[in-house]
Amino acid sequence: MISIRGLTKRFDATTVLNAIDLDIADGERVVIIGPSGTGKSTLLRCLNFLDRPQSGQIRIGDLHVNAEKATKADILSLQRSTAFVFQNYALFANKTAKENIMEALVTVQKIPEAEAEQRALSVLAETGLSDKADSYPTSLSGGQQQRVGIGRAMALQSDLMLFDEPTSALDPEWVSEVLDLMRRVAERKQTMLIVTHEMQFAKEIADRVVFMDEGRIVESAPPDELFGAPKDERLKSFLRRINK
Amino acid sequence: MQGLDLYYMLELVPVILGYVPITIGIAAASMVLALALAVLLAVERVVKVPVLDWFVVFFISFFRGTPLLVQLFLFYYGLPQVLSFLTQINGVTAAILGLTLHFSAYMAESIRAAITGVDRSQWEAAHSVGMTQAQMMRRIILPQAARVASPTLVNYFIDMIKGTSLAFTLGVTEMMGAAQKEAASSFLYFEAFLVVAVIYWIMVEILSQGQKRLETSLNKAYAR
Ligand SMILES: Nc1ncnc2c1ncn2[C@@H]1O[C@H](COP(=O)(O)OP(=O)(O)OP(=O)(O)O)[C@@H](O)[C@H]1O
Ligand SMILES: [Mg+2]
Repeated sequence: MISIRGLTKRFDATTVLNAIDLDIADGERVVIIGPSGTGKSTLLRCLNFLDRPQSGQIRIGDLHVNAEKATKADILSLQRSTAFVFQNYALFANKTAKENIMEALVTVQKIPEAEAEQRALSVLAETGLSDKADSYPTSLSGGQQQRVGIGRAMALQSDLMLFDEPTSALDPEWVSEVLDLMRRVAERKQTMLIVTHEMQFAKEIADRVVFMDEGRIVESAPPDELFGAPKDERLKSFLRRINK
Repeated sequence: MQGLDLYYMLELVPVILGYVPITIGIAAASMVLALALAVLLAVERVVKVPVLDWFVVFFISFFRGTPLLVQLFLFYYGLPQVLSFLTQINGVTAAILGLTLHFSAYMAESIRAAITGVDRSQWEAAHSVGMTQAQMMRRIILPQAARVASPTLVNYFIDMIKGTSLAFTLGVTEMMGAAQKEAASSFLYFEAFLVVAVIYWIMVEILSQGQKRLETSLNKAYAR
């Protein structure tokens, strides 16, 4: 169970997240949608302290972090119980595909090298990239890099996987292979929080869709309801705009 | 003007070459120490440890801001006067100490720049998988920065080899010291210093070739 209370983030004077409350059940898949610049990425980044929120509570399982008083150890624990898939992949440039997946297993989770390698190879097989195990990121296509990025996050077996627009930096031809892989991740009952502009995908994969606007959660409902019978005016106009 | 004494020069070559190991030894020892110190200084400059940062800034500024020769004199002649337990510091030690501190300040700056040049996404990715600051530096950031900084560091090694010639002012008989002694007894100053110049030149040329190869192979790294 994940619970977020009053999460607030300001950059200088501008409040980007305004007291966000959000609960996510184990195994639940929550998709966040909303206009550009409303704080979707910032919310994800605050959950693992890539950006430091000014206040609020984050609970992930037994871990409880108060943003105001978060210590280095708290931050490290949060980062270790979440996994992040970046829009720009952010693979380790000095590591091969296999090493990218192994890295945290060995250094962070202290899994013996041979076992970590086995795990990396089986994750690579799941992502369909067994033949690219020894390739460096620069020699992979965008779609392949993102699949390694998802593989790196999968291998961590974390409580919460965060996806920040994982397909929006991709050429259109690579989008479907990445979405397919995300569907497979979802089948494992992995708890996922996904920011995406792929509405069709959101409808299909989400247990619940959250609409954010100007740093607040405006509406939150299962996809049929949120897309079929939107209540808030801002959501209605957002949906009209993207369906044009 | 008289002609060059070529025969004398040829005789001198093996004599000076005999001191190449001392020159290289001083340079190599200084390089290893300077590199280790420079990495620490550079990482500190990036991470900025309170208070310590102030000392590091001061250290780098001082050792970049004063001539190497002055620093060597300070260590060799000056230090034993204020720190009585040093009584007499050995010339080679003083040379290695001076070269290390002097060049570590320069190398710290180029390593710092290389670290800052590593894409922000690499730091974020390392944090996102739960690495500590130290793990991130050691396994992700420094290896990538090393690739960028290496050619520049070879330049500093070249400067360092030339810098070892100043050790003769501390009574160390390395290549320059040997040439100086030979010249003083034969009075053939031009010949002696020409021989030593050419030998430095060849050593540096060999390193420059190595540097070019290094750059080519570094450009190919991570491209498989
Ligand atoms: N490091 C930062 N410094 C200052 N302002 C920032 C920073 N990061 C984000 N912001 C601001 O915070 C607001 C929210 O940004 P965020 O990236 O979270 O939006 P988003 O909903 O993810 O938008 P998009 O759909 O375009 O990705 C924006 O106004 C942005 O300019
Ligand atoms: Mg965003």
